[in-house]
Order: sequence, then C-alpha cells, then structure tokens
Amino acid sequence: MLSLVPAKRSHSAAAQGGMQASLANTILGEGDNEDVHFADTIKGSDWGADQEVVRMFVETAPKAVRELANWGVPWNRVQRGERHVVISGQKKTICERDEAHGLITARNFGGTKKWRTSYVSDGTGHSMLYAVSNQAIAHQIPVHERMEAMSLMHDGGKCFGAIARNLITGELVAYVAKATVIATGGFGRLYRVSTNAVINEGMGAAIALETGIASLGNMEAIQFHPTGIFPAAILVTEGCRGDGGVLLDAQRHRFMPDYEPEKKELASRDVVSRRMEEHIAKGHGVESHYGEHVWLDITLLGEAHINKNLREVKEICQYFLGIDPTRELIPVRPAQHYSMGGVRTDHRGESPTLRGLFACGEAACWDMHGFNRLGGNSVAETVVAGMIVGEYVADYCDDPANGIDISSGLIGEFWQREDAALDALVKSQGKERAIDLSNRMKDIMTDRVGIFRNGEDLQRAVDELQTLLVRSRDIGIEEKTRAANPELVAAYRAGRMLKLALCVAYGALQRTESRGAHYRQDHPRRDDKNWLRRTLATWVDPDDGLPSLDYEALDVMKMEMPPGWRGYGPEDHIEHPQTAIRSQEIEDIRQRLASTGREEREAAIMSFRHLLPAQLRGHNARLGETD
Amino acid sequence: MDTTAEQRSARRLSFNILRYNPQDPASRPAVQRFVLEEADGMTLYLALTEIRETQAPSLQFDFVCRAGICGSCGMLINGRPGLACRTLTRDLPADISLAPLPVFELIGDLSVNTGRWMRAMSERLEAWVHSQAAEDLEAMEEVMEPELAEQIYELERCIECGCCIAGCGTVRMREDFIGAVGMNQIARFRLDPRDERSDQDLYQLVGDDDGVFGCLSLLGCHDVCPKSLSLQTQIAFLRRKMLRSALER
Ligand SMILES: Cc1cc2nc3c(=O)[nH]c(=O)nc-3n(C[C@H](O)[C@H](O)[C@H](O)COP(=O)(O)OP(=O)(O)OC[C@H]3O[C@@H](n4cnc5c(N)ncnc54)[C@H](O)[C@@H]3O)c2cc1C
Repeated sequence: MLSLVPAKRSHSAAAQGGMQASLANTILGEGDNEDVHFADTIKGSDWGADQEVVRMFVETAPKAVRELANWGVPWNRVQRGERHVVISGQKKTICERDEAHGLITARNFGGTKKWRTSYVSDGTGHSMLYAVSNQAIAHQIPVHERMEAMSLMHDGGKCFGAIARNLITGELVAYVAKATVIATGGFGRLYRVSTNAVINEGMGAAIALETGIASLGNMEAIQFHPTGIFPAAILVTEGCRGDGGVLLDAQRHRFMPDYEPEKKELASRDVVSRRMEEHIAKGHGVESHYGEHVWLDITLLGEAHINKNLREVKEICQYFLGIDPTRELIPVRPAQHYSMGGVRTDHRGESPTLRGLFACGEAACWDMHGFNRLGGNSVAETVVAGMIVGEYVADYCDDPANGIDISSGLIGEFWQREDAALDALVKSQGKERAIDLSNRMKDIMTDRVGIFRNGEDLQRAVDELQTLLVRSRDIGIEEKTRAANPELVAAYRAGRMLKLALCVAYGALQRTESRGAHYRQDHPRRDDKNWLRRTLATWVDPDDGLPSLDYEALDVMKMEMPPGWRGYGPEDHIEHPQTAIRSQEIEDIRQRLASTGREEREAAIMSFRHLLPAQLRGHNARLGETD
Repeated sequence: MDTTAEQRSARRLSFNILRYNPQDPASRPAVQRFVLEEADGMTLYLALTEIRETQAPSLQFDFVCRAGICGSCGMLINGRPGLACRTLTRDLPADISLAPLPVFELIGDLSVNTGRWMRAMSERLEAWVHSQAAEDLEAMEEVMEPELAEQIYELERCIECGCCIAGCGTVRMREDFIGAVGMNQIARFRLDPRDERSDQDLYQLVGDDDGVFGCLSLLGCHDVCPKSLSLQTQIAFLRRKMLRSALER
C-alpha cells in the first residue's frame, strides 16, 4: 500500500457525520431496508447512478457496519426508552424499543426517508479509518508512507503497477504488480473554496487519465456542501441539520421551508446549496468582511447534545471562528465537497479499458452516486467497495492468466520517462510558477465551474484552463533538488491538476442539461431524452489540449427504478422515451409475481445478487424480521 | 468585522523557523526569519502556506485536513507542542518561533516522521481488537451498552499527532518509552469487550519501565494534548490496576 501521508491521516478521518446502512434499529429507522436505501440513493443521484452497483452497495452496507463493529468501531448505540430529538426545528419525544437497546443507532441525514446514518459521536470517519488501519497493522500489511504514485505502467491493454516517488528522499521506485488499485480519494483542491484536505489533488485519477487508455467518468459531477464555515470552508457536518439545526438568513428568517416545504434543510445537498445561493443572490445574505453568508443555527439542540454528538463542530467553531455554537450562530456558505466522478470502473471495480487497473472509493466512478451523492453514502462506499472490489482484485490475482507479463524493458522505460521528466523540471529555465497557475485554476473553477453554471462562463473557463495548461509546460523552480521539495511537487502536479480541471469544465460545458449537482442556468431541466448517459473522458495524446469525451448510455429498460421525480427540487424534466414502457413492464412483473417471494421478484425486475462476491450475497438480519 | 480586527490585522508578524534539511549534506540547522502582515482569522496553516508561496518555496511542513482532525501538523509553537492548523496568530505574540516536534525522525524543517513512530508503537502494543469470534456479517450485531460505546470513543479520539510524546520528559531519558499515546491505547482496548485479551495480557505489554512504570508523572502530555484526553487519569488508573494485579498473583 502506498500513501502520500501516514494512512491514518487520510482525508477519511475528517468525516464527522456518519455512514449509511439500513439497520433499522432506531425507532425512526423502523421499516428501513435495502429497498428504501436503494430508492433514496437513486433519487439522490438524479438517476445518474448505475442501479446494479447501487443494489450491490445497499446490500453490503449493513454487513460493512457490522464488520467494522467487530473490528472495534464504537458505533453509538440505541438507548431504550424516551429520548428528546429535534425534528425540523421542533422538539419531539420518541421512545426507543426495549429490544433495540444496545444495537447500533442512527441519525437523520439529508435526502433519506429513514434515520439511517450510523455514527460515532462526531468522529465516524476517524474511528472507521483507525479500525481499518489497525486491521492492516494486525495483518502486517506494509504501508509505504510518503510515497506518491507518479504514473501507471501498462502495455496498452493491461496495467502492471506504478512508478512512485519517495517524497522524503526523492527516489523513484517501480512497484510491479499484477493488479493496481487506485483509492486516492477526491480532487476538491481543484477548487479555491473546498472542504477537502489539502492533499486531495486528484493525483490518482490524473495518472489514470494520463495512461490515455483508462477513462474518467462524470467528472463534471461535483458536489457542493451547504455548510462550509465561512470563509475558511472547513466543513461542519450535515449531522448539524440532521439533528435538527436550521438555516437562517440576515433577518434570522428560516428560509428553507419557503423553497422546499417537505424536506426543508434536509433536501439533498445539491438542492440545499443552490437554494442558499439563490437566497443570497436575492439579497438575503448576511454581509461580512469576506462577503456574504447565511447562518446555521444549532443552538436549539441544546448544550448537552452539542457537547456530546457535535463536539468536533464545537471545536471547529471555537478554533476557527472564535464562537460558541451552543449560544451563537455559525456563518456558513456552500463549498466544493465531493467528487462523484473518477476512474470509470465496472461493477467489479476494474477499468473496462485498462485491465488490471482497479479503483474504489471517492477516486472511482463505480457509479453509485450518479450526479449527487447522499451524505453518509461515501464513507459507506469506501468500506463496501473495499469488501467487494477487494474480493475481485484477489480473484484477478489468483487467475493464472493474469501473471506479471510485462518486460523489464518496458518497466525501465516507464521509470526512465518519469526520471527524465523530473530532471527536466528541475533543470528547466521555465518562467512560470506552478503556484500561480494552480491558484488561477482554483479561482476559475470556483467562479465559473461552481454551483451555478452556464455555457458562456464554462466556455471561458475551458479557454483559460487550456491556456494555463500550455503555460504549465514552461514551469521553472527555484529550489533545484530532486529530494524532498514541495516546490517540485507543486510543479509536477500543476499540469495534472489542470488536465483534471479541464475534464470537469469541458464535461460541464458539453452537458446541456441540469442533473443533480450539475446545474446549468441556461439548461435548467433534467433531460433524460438526451442526457441519460455518463460522460467518459480520456486524454489520448499527452500533447492534447482537451480531453476526448465519449458517452455511455444508461439503459432504462434494465432499471429497477426508471427515472422520475426526486421528491424535492423542481418537478419538471424531459422524459426518456422508454421510461413509460419500462415503468409499465415493472408494474406488470410486480402484479404477476405479487404472491411469490421477494427473491423471485428481485430477479425478474433487475437481477443483481449474482454480481456480488459469493460470501456477500446473504440477506441482512433485522430486528423483528424472521427469514 | 470591527475595528479591533482591523487593528489586529495591521500587526507585522515575524516567524522564526528552525530550518534543516537532513537530505542535503550542506544543510546546517539554523533559524530563518520571515515577516508577514497578519490577516484577520490567520492560522499558522495560512501563514506557513503564504510564506511558502511568497518567500520560501522549499519550506517543509505537513498539513492535511487543516481543521484540527488528522493530527499531521504537530510542531513546537513558541516552544510548546501544538497543532499548527488550528492555532490562530491572534492568540500569539508578534514574534513566533516554530520548530519541528522533537523525538521523531526529522524529515526536513517542520516536517517529522510521526507515521513511522506510531506504526511501531501500534505493532508493539498490538493495538487492534483481538478476537477469535467467527464473523457472521449477516447476523445482528452484538449489543453494547450505549455509555460503554461512548467511553470507548472518548479514548479513541486520540489522533496520534505526537504532541504528548514531544511534551514528555520521560521519552528523553528512555528512548523506548511508549508514552501517553501508547498507554491510552492500552486503556482503550482494555475497555473494549470485543477485545478478548485479559488484563494480564495487556499489562505484559506495558508493565515495565518502558510502559506505565517508566512514567515520571511530569504530565507534560496531559497539558499539551490537543484533544484534551484525560491522559493523566488513564496512566494513574493503569498503574493502580497493574500493581493490584501484581499483588494478587
Ligand atoms: C470534511 C468532510 C467531511 C465528510 N463527512 C462525511 C460523512 O460524514 N459521511 C460520508 O459518508 N462521507 C463524508 N465525507 C466524504 C468522505 O469522507 C470521503 O469521500 C471519503 O473519506 C474518501 O475516502 P477514500 O478512501 O476514497 O479517500 P481518502 O480517505 O482521501 O484516502 C486517499 C488516500 O490515497 C492516498 N493518495 C492520494 N494520492 C496518492 C498518490 N498519488 N500516491 C499514493 N497515495 C496517494 C492518500 O495519501 C490517502 O491515504 C466527508 C468529506 C469531507 C471533505
């Protein structure tokens, strides 16, 4: 395993909110199951997700939570009896069942029908990451820290590992492998205003792109989170709103119910973020030294609740804003948060075009999030994909057909290419500074490829990013050493980040519709007729100025849930011609098989269980359910 | 923002940074001074980033989450270990000295190798849940008392930043001392019913001078822990428990 940083410092540690899995232990999750989780995820994705993959995911999520519990994650538990909660600004009393006492509990998150988000106070990601890391240590799996994968070795059809650079000594190492997995997280740092860690620069996706063979899927699908603290863009969790916090404008008016009467603050993130920006644009934002924002009010949750379940939020407010959120309002504004796109894979996690290259987690476009991911579904994806893709990687390696049949000559070539590129950079007399180029890129992305997009801005963004890419070929550095050297790192990453930025901006320009987080002011409707398809970007020739875009249609006739209204956001889209046909077909199957078992119906509508590794196909036990 | 903020932002800060690059045979440890104008809400993360962008492109330091969560940016801030990302310059005097955390292997300037140290500690203490139970992932999970889960999380909040080690007097004398971070681990796994190790098993790991009996109770760890873990209480508790179990034997 290679990592830029000690594994426990990976960005997953920052996930405060929780992980979705339909355990249905809390009374407010009663009746939840894989079907409900599936429907929420598909609606959240605005029908952009791969429905088979979502099925695989929702079936495995409960197993993943339970496995993590075995590995030591101290999930918060159900306490029997009465308990006070805040739902939509109102205090309510609920009563947890005796038989649920001590089982894993859940909190509310946006875009979900049931309370489904398991959590560990406000350190969910931290506990999950530590539990998994500790297992890696228990199994004596070496982690080569401060090792950056710089390029992938391949023979045009198969990938055989990576050339990596030791960030301390500068040494280049060829890691030759049967299978290579990219699990490098998101690329939020293409944006100036992002909740992401500073190392989230997308280098895993970028080196896959640079093979010219592997493709990146739906790069234009970028999520903005409603509540980054203003102006630092450090995230305060969705748990704030899930637990009952509300959004207020300059007049301290709770404005979300005006826009979204049903889901209010808990509509999906894309919707809430746009409503906030819309409200600010109408002149209702709070003025401040750094610009406008709105308020997040969690005071109504009470000090005890905040101190226990939202302590990280409290600390962030204290340290970065100097305020006490148990008494004061938190200034917030949407910030870039999540990359739905990434290395395109099949349901096994493998690139369909470059064999032996796998991807999982935020770096991948496995495609369970489509154009908008639900809160709590991402850390869930990381562990679930670990279980599923990990199994398929092992199968791949076990298959004698997949030996390491790459010549040492080719390995040497890849090594030398990287070595020469670094040498050239160190010796370059180039006049451009990497930091200037990437700062400019970040501004362009935030200003023109953000929450609200339009053709004109996107075209300008693409043009300017292209110019920056050309300029990036003339970067020079002051500090002329190949060993530990942050300037060198920024220099070789700049061009790669620009390529990713171009995939995002160009993909967004071409997609003339609005879907999930991708919102075009000049094309505000979701257009299933023309755009029910996934963007695939490849970078064929290193000297190209733009990615090549291709499209992969989503087959309505195979969907378990044909496209419809999400239940929040605008209720108007351009229908796909097959939607009605498929809906009727499903209706017929349901009626015909009404008296048969669930399994049979499942198989008749959209069979997916066979896609899971054998040991993950079983049904998940739930309270009160007998099988 | 009010006038006081404007007045504050007018301050000129000088950063005296201990620089040394062990990779470069010509490098010698030396303090280098950088001057910056203070900005409103400036943290050491923002300040160091600005210094690197405008004055010293080779300056090494580590930030990841920049939100006080990941534990990457421990350093000596005016002599005291702390997380740089969440230290606001307005809480510091205009003269700020920064140095790498001691004890850990120096990578360069303010960057140290806490990762290697922590991994070795985890290996030594076998810091993971030891369980022989067969896994049935389709079955309901084992129940746990809600308070117990919360107590375990209290101890699990450690972010392995290394501040307690850097603030520890004992480590200077005993190279192999596991420090507060290690003893906290033992306390965490001891509390966890899923870990089948007995008290005896755990005490074997820390029942010597490199463990609880080495601690000189200087409590540097307790004072500097950015997560305010009750390290002092944990160490005292382990010690008491161990003495008792030794006497009972
Ligand atoms: C502030 C914040 C809060 C969040 N909260 C939640 C939440 O409550 N619930 C939820 O479901 N999701 C949440 N998310 C999203 C979720 O945390 C991430 O999507 C998820 O943790 C990503 O995990 P990952 O394993 O894919 O990547 P990461 O955890 O980012 O790990 C990537 C790893 O790849 C390594 N790496 C990267 N590039 C290279 C390279 N070139 N060579 C070698 N190694 C490399 C890095 O060192 C790192 O170890 C949150 C995100 C943010 C920003």
